[in-house]
Amino acid sequence: MAERPLRIIVAKAGLDGHDRGAKVIARALRDAGMEVIYTGLFQTPEQIVQTAIQEDVDGIGLSILSGAHMTLFPAVIEQLRAQDAGDIVFFGGGTIPADDARELKALGVREIFTPGAPLSQIVTFVERECGRRRALVG
Amino acid sequence: MIDRATGLGAEASPEFEAQRAEWEANWTSRGSRRSEPGSGAVDRTISDLPLKPIYGPQDVAHLDLARDLAFPGEFPYTRGIHAGMYRDRLWTMRQFAGFGNARQTNERYHFLLSQGQTGLSVAFDMPTLMGYDSDAPQSLGEVGKCGVAIDSLRDMETLFDGIDLGEITTSMTINGPACIALAQYVATAEGKGTPRARLGGTLQADILKEYIAQKEWIFPPRPHVRIIVDMMKFCTAEMPRWNTISISGYHIREAGSTAVQELAFTLADGFAYVEAATKAGLDVDAFAPRLSFFFNSHIDFFEEICKFRAARRIYARRMRDKYGAKDPRSWSLRFHTQTAGCSATAQQPENNIVRVAYEAMAAALGGTQSLHTNSMDEVMALPTEKSVEIALRTQQVLAYETNVTNVIDPLGGSWFVEALTDEMERQAERYFEQIDEYGGVIEAIEAGFFQREIADASYRYQRSLETKDRVIVGVNAFERDDEQAPMDLLKITAEIERGQARAVQGVRAGRDGARVEEALAALKRACADPSRNVMPPLIDAVNALATEGEIVDAMVAVYGRYTERAAF
Repeated sequence: MAERPLRIIVAKAGLDGHDRGAKVIARALRDAGMEVIYTGLFQTPEQIVQTAIQEDVDGIGLSILSGAHMTLFPAVIEQLRAQDAGDIVFFGGGTIPADDARELKALGVREIFTPGAPLSQIVTFVERECGRRRALVG
Repeated sequence: MIDRATGLGAEASPEFEAQRAEWEANWTSRGSRRSEPGSGAVDRTISDLPLKPIYGPQDVAHLDLARDLAFPGEFPYTRGIHAGMYRDRLWTMRQFAGFGNARQTNERYHFLLSQGQTGLSVAFDMPTLMGYDSDAPQSLGEVGKCGVAIDSLRDMETLFDGIDLGEITTSMTINGPACIALAQYVATAEGKGTPRARLGGTLQADILKEYIAQKEWIFPPRPHVRIIVDMMKFCTAEMPRWNTISISGYHIREAGSTAVQELAFTLADGFAYVEAATKAGLDVDAFAPRLSFFFNSHIDFFEEICKFRAARRIYARRMRDKYGAKDPRSWSLRFHTQTAGCSATAQQPENNIVRVAYEAMAAALGGTQSLHTNSMDEVMALPTEKSVEIALRTQQVLAYETNVTNVIDPLGGSWFVEALTDEMERQAERYFEQIDEYGGVIEAIEAGFFQREIADASYRYQRSLETKDRVIVGVNAFERDDEQAPMDLLKITAEIERGQARAVQGVRAGRDGARVEEALAALKRACADPSRNVMPPLIDAVNALATEGEIVDAMVAVYGRYTERAAF
């Protein structure tokens, strides 16, 4: 197990102001012992990935409830690749229909959580995936 | 010895007191015997208000019939704002709708009106709500997704094509750029020959709750409130049928607040506008009769009914006693209700039809003036025509078949309902005191007070689902392992976005550029001068075909853009 706690960014992108879910997730991850950075609203994909690199995070959780997920998730993936940061565990959630979630996962989003997903499931996922990344990358 | 009880709790006979003592000894003292999931919260509402197993006259003995209840249409309006309530007029069935471009949404409006809907309610997309044109880089992927894209007067004209704006009433949920939407609506109507004085409807225009909960702001709070006061002045003088501003608790609740927080924060916002307008020299009775409110109807049935009753009573008392309103119409709180989007689930979505029906009934029993019933698929996407129709039929069944409309405030006098109504009023008053301690609503926003209270409440609630103290059917109990066949969902294509971007570029190319420049310069001068009203130059700019994004940019140049200190 890693000595220092896992570091996670919880991000909101685009014009979407729905921050209830993002804040709940941020608190749940913090309560599980992680260091959580919440970006606040209206971030661009560039800003999110830049913050992720500066803050040396293990994972990025992106929350989108405005319907713009098919634009913003791929844009973050593109930025991660461009910045050579594809090892950061990228996951997300929001009002995302199952078909779109499948497509996003095929593009490289590690997991998509939809409304009603238990916090414990999200915490377990982040611990496992980011812990694995930490073991590999250090 | 009194001849008759003046209060709500009747004088009990010695026999009854003996019965009560025995019952309480046997039953009240012990807890619930249930142990399955969902039984961890039998002694509190969904908002954590304490519940007793049973209520009786002793719980309402401090209430006074004349002072606290009176009659419908009479102060303090606990029982309803009209003497005849639904016996005289049913609530307005007003389904919130908007998606894609103005042409598509216009078709949906014609469909809804042909199915018996009685008022329109416009949902705008995120770029429109945030003040960006459809071709702005910030709009990428968002155009037409959460509502209809409106960039210029041309889109507003298409939106209401074939609809008589002198007859229909229209509600527009647009907060930051509400002044622009109002200008576009006036210009659209006048272009069709309907004078502004004949227009009926309302604008949400409640910017304070944006900083508190919904987060669709543009300018900082102080200039934003000045714009709202300008709108109130303008409508008071020129649009006698228009309800200047609808003050909204819906989004506060959706952001995770409790029922009491929704009640208290929304009313506090309302009182802040009253204070701002009176400070700007308006007579309270000149504008207060045309303020209205918008509440959420969540799934805790009785708590919601009590919230609506408490809201009316608090508002009446404060408007009369604190703000000195003399016109009874200034005392009565009129409100629209929408069923709780956050109570709907993506799992087993058909169950949402049932949830909506209960929530709608709570709104009717609480005395709402208009109602939107959510569609079952809204948790996943914008609703399809079929699911919108089911939602509207749910209201029609409630209104025409259940007979809940025939007796006014049928739960009035219930010991439980009266006690809970009173408790919610008391807790709201406690929040008002806290807000006063900050120095007012804007100061409390700047200190992050509301945001913190709501985030705490939403996390507490989420925890209660994790522990299964509370159950949501299909989510943390009674789940299905087999993934159900996906529903047909409404998809907004990228082609809509490209088409809308081309259209706004076409508008810019085809207009008189010098006239636009002149109109925007005049608008900036009005923005910078607190003695002027921004509405007339806004209407000029809209008529010159300045786009929403250009108008917002001009105003931002004067006022700046708000940024929030992010915290969780």
